Amino acid sequence: MNVFSFDNTFEGLLTLIFESYRQGRFPDEILSGEGSQCILFGSTIIVETDDRKAERVWKGIISHSSEENAHRIYRVFLADIRDTPLLLAKFICFTIDSVKNEETNFAEPLVLEVHKLHQKVCKEAHRVQMFVRFQKTVEASYYASFAPMYDVLPLCIPHFRDRYADQSWIIYDLKRNYGFLYDLKNVSRVVFDELRVNTQNGQLHSALLAEDEILFQKLWKQYYRSICIQERKNDKVHRQLLPKRFWKYLPEKGIL
Amino acid sequence: MISESSLEKLKILAGAAKYDVSCASSGTQRSNTKGGIGNASAWGICHSFTEDGRCVSLLKIMLSNYCIYDCAYCINRKSNEIPRTSFTPDEIAKLTIEFYRRNYIEGLFLSSGVLVNPDHTMERMVSVAKLLRTEHRYNGYIHLKAIPGASPQLIADAGRWADRLSVNIEIPTENNLKLLAPDKDFKSVLEPMKIISANILESKAERKIHRNAPLFSPAGQSTQLIIGATDDTDHTILKLSSALYSRRDLKRVYYSGYIPVNSYDTRLPALIAPPLRREHRLYQADWLLRFYGFGSQEIVNAENPNLDLELDPKVSWALRNPHLFPIDINKADPAMLLRIPGIGTRSVPLILLARQHQRLNSTHLKKLGVVMKRARYFITCNELRSQNIQELKPELVRQLLLEKKAIGNDGAVQLKLFHPMMPALR
Ligand code: SF4
Repeated sequence: MNVFSFDNTFEGLLTLIFESYRQGRFPDEILSGEGSQCILFGSTIIVETDDRKAERVWKGIISHSSEENAHRIYRVFLADIRDTPLLLAKFICFTIDSVKNEETNFAEPLVLEVHKLHQKVCKEAHRVQMFVRFQKTVEASYYASFAPMYDVLPLCIPHFRDRYADQSWIIYDLKRNYGFLYDLKNVSRVVFDELRVNTQNGQLHSALLAEDEILFQKLWKQYYRSICIQERKNDKVHRQLLPKRFWKYLPEKGIL
Repeated sequence: MISESSLEKLKILAGAAKYDVSCASSGTQRSNTKGGIGNASAWGICHSFTEDGRCVSLLKIMLSNYCIYDCAYCINRKSNEIPRTSFTPDEIAKLTIEFYRRNYIEGLFLSSGVLVNPDHTMERMVSVAKLLRTEHRYNGYIHLKAIPGASPQLIADAGRWADRLSVNIEIPTENNLKLLAPDKDFKSVLEPMKIISANILESKAERKIHRNAPLFSPAGQSTQLIIGATDDTDHTILKLSSALYSRRDLKRVYYSGYIPVNSYDTRLPALIAPPLRREHRLYQADWLLRFYGFGSQEIVNAENPNLDLELDPKVSWALRNPHLFPIDINKADPAMLLRIPGIGTRSVPLILLARQHQRLNSTHLKKLGVVMKRARYFITCNELRSQNIQELKPELVRQLLLEKKAIGNDGAVQLKLFHPMMPALR
C-alpha cells in the first residue's frame, strides 16, 4: 500500500502527483497536514512541496485536458474534506494517462464525482456572495464573518473586490480562522489572534460598530419582514433555499 | 434623513410593493467604475429568501403609496383606508446605498402610486435613479417602474439611468382592464412599452457605431400579469406573453396569482386561496416559450385553452403528441432532446458531451440528472427497453405519471432560482 503525506496545499498535491510518476508508485492513501498520523503506516512517502514540480503537473493537466479543467481541479481542492486529495490524485492521473480529453465523459464515475463536488464547491462560493453581511465599523470600514462549509473565500474575493472597490472591508472565515482584508488598494490574507467577534452570530463587539449600524440592521430586518406575503408562507421551501446553518449570520433572521 | 422613524415608513412602503413579483436582477453586466461602488453581475444574486420562499435580491419599495387611481385589484387604490406615506428621493437613495454596502441587496426596484399625475410621479422616480448614479456613483442594479401615461421624454430619461424598466399590464384583456382599472386603458400601458422598446433598439444600434453611446435600459423591459382576477384563459395569457417576447422584445413576463386584497369589491372573484398552482404552471409554460423552443400554440390552443394543473405543460404536450416518441437519446438533436419530459436545459448539454464518449444507457442518464421516472416512457437508449408511450398509449402514461407524483402542498412548487455558477477564478 502506497501512503503519501503532503502539507495540504494545492501545490503540495501537485508535487505529490509529480513524485508518484517519478517513483512509479501511485497513492492508495493520502495523509494531509500534521505528521502524527503517519506513524501508523510504516512507509509513508513524505512529499516536500516544490513549486517547479507543481507547475509542471499544472501544465500537464492543461495539455491533457484544458485550462478550465485545471481550474476546476483547484476549486474542487478547496472542498477541504478528507477524501478530496485522493479523489483528485486519481482524477489527475486519469486525465494525464488518457489519450483523449476525458473531462466531459460524465459516464465515467471519477469524472462525474469530481464534477458533482465541483458544483457543490461553486454553490457554496455563490452562497458566500449571497449571504455575507457587512457591518459598518467605527472606522467606516466594513466587516463580515462567515463559516462556509468548504474553504471557498479565495473564490469569492474577486467579486467583492470589484463590487466594493470604494470601501475597505474584511471577510473572515470563523471556521478556518483566517480572512481577507481589502484596504482600497490590495487584498491580503489576515489572521487575527484576538477577534472581538461574537462567534455565535458573527457580530462585532458593539464598541466597534458605527453609530448607525444597528439602525440599518433594524431597517433591513423590518424590510425583510414587510415583504413576506403571509398568504403564501412556505416553511419547507424557505428552509431549502435558506438553510438554517446561515441564519445566525443574517441580521434579518436574528433576534435584534 | 434616515432615522428610527424611517422604520414605520419602510414597513408601509415595502409592504405596499410586495405584490409585485419581479425579482430578477439579472441581465446586465455593468462593471464598477473607478472610485464608484457596485456592479451588476450577469446572473443576479439572491441575498435572502422570504418565508414565502421568494428570492430577495432588490430593495423593492414604493416611493409613495398615495394614489389618485382606483384599480380594483390593488391594495393601494384610493378608496382603501390604509396608512399612507412617502419617502423623499434622497431617503430612498440613501437606503439603497446603505443596504448595498452591507451586501443586503443587488440593487433597487422602485415603483410608486400615482401622485398628482403620472408625469409628476415619474419625475420623482427618475430623480432617485439620477441621484444614485451621479452623486453616489452607484453602478449597481436599478429597476424603475414606468408609470402608465407618463410622457415619452420622462420615460427616455428613466431609461438612461435604469438597468431595466417595466410597465405592468396586470390584466391581459382590454375589456377586463377597463372594468377593473377604470383610470387605465391598454393604450396607457402599451404606449410606454413601445417607447421603451424603440429606445432600446435605437441605443443598441447607436452603440454598434459609437461604443460609448449612452445605454438605454440595458437589461430590457418586463411586465406583470395578474392571474385569476378575471376569467381570461391561459390561452389568452400565453398568446399575449409570446407576442410580447417576440414583438416587444420583453425580457420577462411575470405572473402573479391574484391575492384577494380587496375582497369587498364584487367585480373580483371570491377566492379561498391564491391560484398558486396555476401560476406555477404558467411559469413552466413561459420557460417552454423562452428556453425550450415551444410556440404558445403548442402549449395551449382553442381546444385546450387552459393548462393542465396536474401535469407540467411539457408532459401534457408530449401526451398530445405520442407520434413523435420514443426518441433515441444517443441520436436525437438537441432541440428534440429538450422536448423530452424529464430532461431539462441542464442535462441536455451533459448528454451531448457524454454521448461523444460512449453510448448512454439509463444508468448514465440518471446520473446526468434525467428524471427517468418521467423520461422512460418517451425515450430509447442503449440497452434500455421499457414500455414506451407507443405501446402504453397516452392515457395510461398519464395515469402512471400522476400516480408517481405525490400531490404536494400547492406552494411547494418553485422555480429553480439558481443559475449555474460562473467560474470565479477567471
Ligand atoms: S395606479 Fe398603481 S398604485 Fe394606483 S391603484 Fe392602480 S395599481 Fe394601485
